[in-house]
Amino acid sequence: MGTFVVRRLLGLIAVMFALTVLVFLIFFETPGVDPARLMAGRHPDPQTIANIKHEFGLDRPLPVQYVLMMKHMFVSRDLISYSTRTKVIPEIIAATPVTLSLVIGAAIIWVIFSIVLGLGAAVLRGTIWDPLLMVLALIGISMPVFWLGEIVNLFTQSRWHNFFLFSWVPPLGYTPLTQDPFLWFKGLVFPWLTLSVLYVGFYARVLRANLIETESEDYVRTARSKGISERRVLVRHNLRTSMITFVSLFGLDFGILVAGGALLVEVVFGLPGVGLLTYHSLTGLDLPVIMATVIYGAFFISLASALVDLLYAWLDPRVRPT
Amino acid sequence: MAVFEPEAEGLVLDAEETGGDIVGRSPWALAGRRLMRNKLALGALALFLAIVAVSLSAPFYATHVAKTDPFKSNVTGTVTIDGKTVDVIQQGTGKLGLGETPIGPTWHGQFFIGADGQGRDVAARVLYGGRASLFIGVGSAFLACLLALILALVAGYSGGTIDLIISRLMDLIWAFPLYLLAISLATVLLARPLDKPLKVGPVTLNPGSLWIPLVIIGLVYVPYVFRPIRGQVLSLREKEFVEAAVAQGAGSFRLVFREILPNVLSTVIVLLPLMIATTILTEAALSYLSIGVQPPQASWGTIIEDGQGLLYTRPWVAIAPGIMIVLTVLALNVFGDGLRDALDPRSKVRMK
Repeated sequence: MGTFVVRRLLGLIAVMFALTVLVFLIFFETPGVDPARLMAGRHPDPQTIANIKHEFGLDRPLPVQYVLMMKHMFVSRDLISYSTRTKVIPEIIAATPVTLSLVIGAAIIWVIFSIVLGLGAAVLRGTIWDPLLMVLALIGISMPVFWLGEIVNLFTQSRWHNFFLFSWVPPLGYTPLTQDPFLWFKGLVFPWLTLSVLYVGFYARVLRANLIETESEDYVRTARSKGISERRVLVRHNLRTSMITFVSLFGLDFGILVAGGALLVEVVFGLPGVGLLTYHSLTGLDLPVIMATVIYGAFFISLASALVDLLYAWLDPRVRPT
Repeated sequence: MAVFEPEAEGLVLDAEETGGDIVGRSPWALAGRRLMRNKLALGALALFLAIVAVSLSAPFYATHVAKTDPFKSNVTGTVTIDGKTVDVIQQGTGKLGLGETPIGPTWHGQFFIGADGQGRDVAARVLYGGRASLFIGVGSAFLACLLALILALVAGYSGGTIDLIISRLMDLIWAFPLYLLAISLATVLLARPLDKPLKVGPVTLNPGSLWIPLVIIGLVYVPYVFRPIRGQVLSLREKEFVEAAVAQGAGSFRLVFREILPNVLSTVIVLLPLMIATTILTEAALSYLSIGVQPPQASWGTIIEDGQGLLYTRPWVAIAPGIMIVLTVLALNVFGDGLRDALDPRSKVRMK
């Protein structure tokens, strides 16, 4: 187990390093992109561009720029954003709780609902509920999440805002938990639900498929023939095995979301999280922030996939790493 | 217990049909028959084709039914409904008598679901948007599957260093958060001054070209398709029929093309509709964020973005393209499920 951890750690660092180089190259080597020119605003004159270039060290050779940026990011930790001219790392640290609030809340909701839906559909196979629940799941994964968010906003903020059902919904935005817990919660309910819909649909289908697959396994038949109650068979034998795939997929998706994958929901509901920060930095060609968010994102994704592999090996002894 | 009668179940063509011999049907024919019996999947396919057909009829709709040019700004235009002539963009409809609102749904030929902020016919734009979204969705899915197939065959069959390099490259692309990669490529490609368009060999891609989002989305999903295909190639390589072919003196080329490829093909075919659904959703998201399809082109995603500012006053501008997306993706998902059931009924992962 020890060598496994070390190997994955080294792999993580290698991937992150390769990613930063890749981002750097994409940014600078694509013909036509000149960040200094873009920063100089409309109709820039050559002197302004030259000044900006010098100020941000853009006139140095690429490898030097790269090393400097890495140094600012990790060693001196005073990396400055191109657009806001403030430090990048505090910006990311400030945005992280927003994203975590959104993702953790949504994750709790979607895990509970998808287990209920998937389990329900598998148990109620043969009745009308099974196809009905699966159609619901299918619709869930067919909706563009930002469109769903807009529709939700339409009803909760405008059309039905005056009815008691939605009158408590605050205007779009985020309130820190420490500032006002109730407002924090109220402002996050609909973002949570919107983000969950897609994942409930997906995970309910996966769980149901797994449950049906393990149904025909020998150990389940054995358990049943031993006279164990149907419910016990389901939970202790069937569900446990099916959860392995569920958990590993969940780990990966959770990692992706924390890394900034929730950006669409953040945009639609006005939550200043990491995803939104990433998006702004990319469209504003703010390389330091881009680099920082890419590293942040890649770190979490690689960490999540390494943890998931570890968990998978622990849960399923057949898959121990060689 | 039922007796297994291959002739009755259509698995075998008996003597009367082939004029003498008893011959088994090919697996593809069997799959085709299973698919034909799945009414739901066929219905979904029909829905998808209907949406494609309707989108392709966009120019016809625009000229004859809506009688507008959906790409031209029409801020001062007027339209006649039931004998009354009204402004397309009406002034003073806000709370304080300020602001302007485009006309809402007329449920007539012209401005069937109303106009957008620039006075353009939304229904016509939605149809044109369908052309762009479907073109990019289908095209990028095919691109991703084709590239992934080639790479997976090469990597899976060669093994060793080549496999290692290709797999690590795929892991690298996949480790890049999906949207980040698409956004980086799109932003960097699109943030070009207008006087210097991107030239790739003899082809000039202007910012409005649909090929840029197509290629970006296609490339982004290659690792996703690559993984299962490579896994299958690896396991197929060890099977007996490959060993038999090698014993017969088959060279690498023949092994890959005549033994491995046909088996992998069914996996790719099943993946295709699901990939198209995924790419359509991705393209919509990128266009919504203004880093996908660019004006003057329209796609379902860009129209949703147009409708964002009008969401509380003229919600149909945002609702209509979304409904189209949901229907298309739903149809593709259902058809994809049916296709998988048809091509691999022994698969334990059945959604029935």
